[in-house]
Amino acid sequence: MIVGERKPLEQIEAMLEGFDKILIVGCGTCVAVSMAGGEKEVEELAVQLRMKDKLEGRKRTIDEITVTRQCDREYLEVLAKHLDNYDVVLSMACGAGVQFLAERYDDKIVLPALNTLFIGVAEDAGVWTQRCMACEDCILDQTGGICPMTICPKNLLNGPCGGTNGGKCEVDGEKDCAWTLIYRKLEKLGRLDYMRKIQPPKDYSVMTKPGKYTHQAFKETQENEEE
Amino acid sequence: MNDAARQFEPKVVAYCCTYCAYTAGDLAGSMRLEYATNVRVVQILCTGKIDAILLLRAFEEGADAVYVAGCALGDCHFLEGNLGALRTVAHTKHLLAEIGLQPERLEFFHVPASAGPLFAQRANEMTARARELGPNPLRETIHQAAGKKLERQDDGRPPLPEATHGKLIRHSEQIS
Repeated sequence: MIVGERKPLEQIEAMLEGFDKILIVGCGTCVAVSMAGGEKEVEELAVQLRMKDKLEGRKRTIDEITVTRQCDREYLEVLAKHLDNYDVVLSMACGAGVQFLAERYDDKIVLPALNTLFIGVAEDAGVWTQRCMACEDCILDQTGGICPMTICPKNLLNGPCGGTNGGKCEVDGEKDCAWTLIYRKLEKLGRLDYMRKIQPPKDYSVMTKPGKYTHQAFKETQENEEE
Repeated sequence: MNDAARQFEPKVVAYCCTYCAYTAGDLAGSMRLEYATNVRVVQILCTGKIDAILLLRAFEEGADAVYVAGCALGDCHFLEGNLGALRTVAHTKHLLAEIGLQPERLEFFHVPASAGPLFAQRANEMTARARELGPNPLRETIHQAAGKKLERQDDGRPPLPEATHGKLIRHSEQIS
């Protein structure tokens, strides 16, 4: 899932300077799970802003709504009948959601309320860690399900560098060495021979931004339409 | 104490868990203990149910102080509800500080079921604190509109048929 964190209130207030009618739009998918931009967090931010306004004697309208997802067109349609009433939309989705919302309603100012962090997993209650960097060429089959592209700061594909130190990384002593983890896992699986395989140089050209992908089933119909 | 401070009667909201703090409140009553009448007790099943939004709303509606009273550490009826509440209260204090409302207006207390006098002491303590901090500045603006949650659009599907099975019937309503 995509993990995000809410920007500090000061930064959000600075963005909202000069706008009187504000709609906060939450996203009920990834960022709701990472406790950053779901219905609950939208409610918290809206109440905070309203209380702050009252404390400072300001009069603004701050309304709130949460859609299922901001990265799918159909879920953005529900906003159509509301948006005319607002000067600005504060989106609590990840960067992708903010952009898609801004694209759908291109006559509106859309502001981000979150910082998007990474694709990760829920390690513990309230703790998330990055596990994938979307390199577009997965090699987890060779590495016992541990990603050296994400966990190793040097993205090494053929064993550790000289800086591995007691299972920790030379870049950050707090972090685990990806290749020590991989060795231990392969040892446990009885697949240490995988370590001997040489991975060819990574093809970074496939990672060219921005990515675009069309499902095979839709490729042919699209081509036919173009003809 | 000046006249204004003497006239100010704080409103204190206490979210008390059924198994410990609320029972302690009952005990305080049975023991004929007197405590501040400013405290409005809200009974909740477990402090683990407490949500930041519930606490913020109390302040938005003009409460001068709010506290959550739950079981002692390790004594939660639901094992770790009070640990979750500790986190929620700490997080909400941070949210209050961010908007410039004194975080001291919010507190978490451990009140075991056997501690009637402690219940009374905490109620007095929090009322005194509210008196010291003065009225919640949001009291005057309770009725001032500042926005709301927008209604969700009807999805156009017919409503679900009324359930015919599994209805809860009170024992006294059952026909024998």
